[in-house]
Amino acid sequence: MADTSVSLSILEEEEKKSLEAREFGFWVYLMSDAVIFALLFATYVVLSGNSAAGPTSRELFDLGHTAGETALLLLSSLTFGVATIAMGQGHAGRVVQWLILTLLLGLGFIAMEVWEFSSMTRQGAGPGTSGFLSAFFTLIGTHGLHVTLGAVGICVMIGQVLVKGLTLPVRSRMMRLGLFWHFLDIVWIGIFSVVYLPGVM
Amino acid sequence: MLGRLTLDALPFYSWVAMGGAGVTVGGGLLVFCLITYLRAWKVLWTDWLTSVDHKKIGIMYVVLALVMLVRGFVDALMMRAQQAFALNSEGYLPPEHFEQIFSSHGTIMIFFVAMPFLTGLINIIVPQQIGARDVAFPFLNSASLWMTAAGAGLVLISLVIGKFSQAGWTGYPPYSGIEYSPGVGVDYWIWALAVSGVGSTLSGINFIVTIVKNRCPGMTLMRMPMFTWTTLCISILMTFAFPALTVVAAQLALDRILGFHFFTNGDGGNMMMYANLLWIWGHPEVYILILPAFGIFSEVVATFSHKRLFGYQSLVYATACIAILSFTVWLHHFFTMGASSNVNAVFGIATMIIAVPTGVKIFDWLFTMYRGRIEFHPSMVFTIGFMVTFVIGGVTGVLLALPPADYLMHNSTFLVAHFHNMLIPGALFGYFAGMNYWFPKAFGFKLDEKWGIRSFWFWIIGFYLAFMPLYVLGFMGMSRRMEHYADPNWQPYLIVAALGAVCVLIGIVCIAVQLYVSVKTWGSARDVTGDPWNGRTLEWATSSPPAPYNFAVLPEVRDIDAFHDQKILGLAYLPAERYEDIVMPKNTMLGPVLGALAFALGFAMVWQIWWLAALCLILSLVGVGIRACNDDTEFVLPAAEVERIETERLAQITPADLHDMREYAPRGAASGAVLTGRA
Amino acid sequence: MTHFEDRSLATYLTGFALAIVLTAIPFALVWGGLLTGPAVYAVIAVAAVVQVLVHLVFFLHIDLRSTPVENLFFLAFAAVLLFIMVGGSLWIMFDLHHRMM
Repeated sequence: MADTSVSLSILEEEEKKSLEAREFGFWVYLMSDAVIFALLFATYVVLSGNSAAGPTSRELFDLGHTAGETALLLLSSLTFGVATIAMGQGHAGRVVQWLILTLLLGLGFIAMEVWEFSSMTRQGAGPGTSGFLSAFFTLIGTHGLHVTLGAVGICVMIGQVLVKGLTLPVRSRMMRLGLFWHFLDIVWIGIFSVVYLPGVM
Repeated sequence: MLGRLTLDALPFYSWVAMGGAGVTVGGGLLVFCLITYLRAWKVLWTDWLTSVDHKKIGIMYVVLALVMLVRGFVDALMMRAQQAFALNSEGYLPPEHFEQIFSSHGTIMIFFVAMPFLTGLINIIVPQQIGARDVAFPFLNSASLWMTAAGAGLVLISLVIGKFSQAGWTGYPPYSGIEYSPGVGVDYWIWALAVSGVGSTLSGINFIVTIVKNRCPGMTLMRMPMFTWTTLCISILMTFAFPALTVVAAQLALDRILGFHFFTNGDGGNMMMYANLLWIWGHPEVYILILPAFGIFSEVVATFSHKRLFGYQSLVYATACIAILSFTVWLHHFFTMGASSNVNAVFGIATMIIAVPTGVKIFDWLFTMYRGRIEFHPSMVFTIGFMVTFVIGGVTGVLLALPPADYLMHNSTFLVAHFHNMLIPGALFGYFAGMNYWFPKAFGFKLDEKWGIRSFWFWIIGFYLAFMPLYVLGFMGMSRRMEHYADPNWQPYLIVAALGAVCVLIGIVCIAVQLYVSVKTWGSARDVTGDPWNGRTLEWATSSPPAPYNFAVLPEVRDIDAFHDQKILGLAYLPAERYEDIVMPKNTMLGPVLGALAFALGFAMVWQIWWLAALCLILSLVGVGIRACNDDTEFVLPAAEVERIETERLAQITPADLHDMREYAPRGAASGAVLTGRA
Repeated sequence: MTHFEDRSLATYLTGFALAIVLTAIPFALVWGGLLTGPAVYAVIAVAAVVQVLVHLVFFLHIDLRSTPVENLFFLAFAAVLLFIMVGGSLWIMFDLHHRMM
């Protein structure tokens, strides 16, 4: 028995180190993901005037819709933060409640974006219409895809908290998921500042 | 059901294509039969393919690189043969076939020879150099390997099913767009790059975290060996540059598959944006290939001059400078696109500035050799050959950095000669030096030196014969990628270049013979101490081949040449007072499974078999998800087992095996070191 | 490295309030048409950059003292590279555009 307890403590030690490495590695990954978004932004800015014979951004964008999406995403950042605080206090139940709320806000955002995409496509402004729309759909779609992956991550996280409780690895994964979720909110600031606001002027 | 895939995809339309397909399929069958004959499938699967041990992953990377080197070199031979004959005639290759060959040659050499070769050497050596037991994320490492292999598999299978891209290794639109390249070739190219590019990004992240977090006690940043420094720099480059390749490949794929207009001629596309984005990745990529070789040269030159590396700090700063500057010069690949003189001037000057830190390095290596006792081991000979040859390439590079001169040389064989002049000595010779240098570390016995020297001479003579004529031809006005030509003055040069390619072929055969001879006589060249060359850095402190955990007790470092100091102070080869349990990662089959899924995904996207693509994507996500929730990925190697392995190793070492360190001992009071134990 | 206890609701609420203000300003300007010309772009840009910083500090808890130095290094390095890549691309492409029109 003594042997197993010794190796268990080593395992825990190693686990702590490895979780620290994971948090740093995830940070580096986010920076690398930021490059993807930066280049999609650059492409969008270069192509934003090239609407060819198709509709322009002024005809397509609806700032009210964008404001709604912004509100949902920003609120979801706040609710994720509250879930993190609940985790710090060790309340697994409240973590799950706040995560569910975050998930709902995220799903609301995705629904609004899907609605925007489909209504644009129905108006004859799909991604194949012009260089401008190709860049628009790719940039916004990539962000939307990330939010979708984040939503899947939240589902998995809720499952893990329910099954395993707030163990050390689960806490670490929750921290990383939080980084991801807040990062997406930062990208969205870029999107409404570079795409939507100048687009309607 | 099968998308665009029909029986027409099989290469019954030409003898050359059937030959290529036959060799590929035959080679695969041969390997399959050999493994079956040796009854090695189980060992291969449990000990190698599913392994997460960084040394084994590294070896598999290098094997992949060597196999693909042969494939890429066959392409080169075929091109040289075609151009040697094709004066006023069509030669033996039809144009569309010639185009596929130069496209696959470049793609293979960059992505599936150079990248896996350097990643493999890094994998084997860097964790040992920093005194670590493994990389930060062993499973991710395995996933990266299998992604790279999946990309290589896509290029290989394009020989058998369908065709490869005809748009060159850079795939510029509009030619690579769906309008002018409606076949599957460009798609093969896109997905091979995308899949292996993701693998490279993940490798980059893995090695950043490994080097930042896993260094042994006392190993400060300014005590890291040069190879580790260059690895850190290129890992950063990989992490930040490869996303650009992912973006540009995805955009071209969207143009081709879904009719987007990023790079099309009409409807608001902008094809110049493609060149811009591609080279934002492409220029750092050049340094990703070359910097690790610079690291290898630094290690080799210090070891075989039996001197401390000259100007360690200047080498570190020069490496960091090159890494940052590499992000500021990408426009020089398309000076002729029509930017204003201000833009061209800024990027031209930035390009020329890179020559400064590179020159610093050359001088550092020369001064390391100065008054050293140089030992002409094959790796040292490759290093010297590199220094002489690389300077020529550097000078032509500075010439090309002048926009007005570039206007004349752009797209000519002068350019072809220039970048081969950088990459063959600057990257490949470095990897060969590394292979000769670290082979005993990976396998426990030395490579045959005689055949190593022979391979060097054939490679370097072949290189000069093959590429010096191309410089001349460039001045004579020959543009690159010509399937046939009408100027009889060119032909003699092209024949010499073809002879050079044959010479390189003999060089490759020499390497094969070297491997064969070394394996056959391995008992006589065994490396008992783990330190065959009287090495200076920590990778020589482990046994050859190293135990799975590398170091039973993590070393403590006080200076740059950590192991050299240990030997002088008599601290090397000492049993530990107490061994401890060691936590090891468990092998997992998820790596190869993800690789197989990535291959199937790429194949499905090429042939537009949507259900298969969706299936692969979902399965990969499920696999990653399961792994992400798994808390049980490690096991404990008990202290008693560690002690048994270590005692067994130390018992084999006799005093006669050890290097005589007396002459290296610091003399005089100024050195400050106290000599103890056996010196 | 993670101090859950330090994170109070107040931090998140401050960040949230600042973010709302910094979002509302550019939206209001554009919606109401209060400003025109380059001034609008300048306000949008400044509000965006400040809001990114607000998110980094209040949501991602970047702090010059407690955040590990390697994380800060990569953040700064990424910022420099994004500037080079995006700035360089736009400079190159608009220069070309200008010359071809």
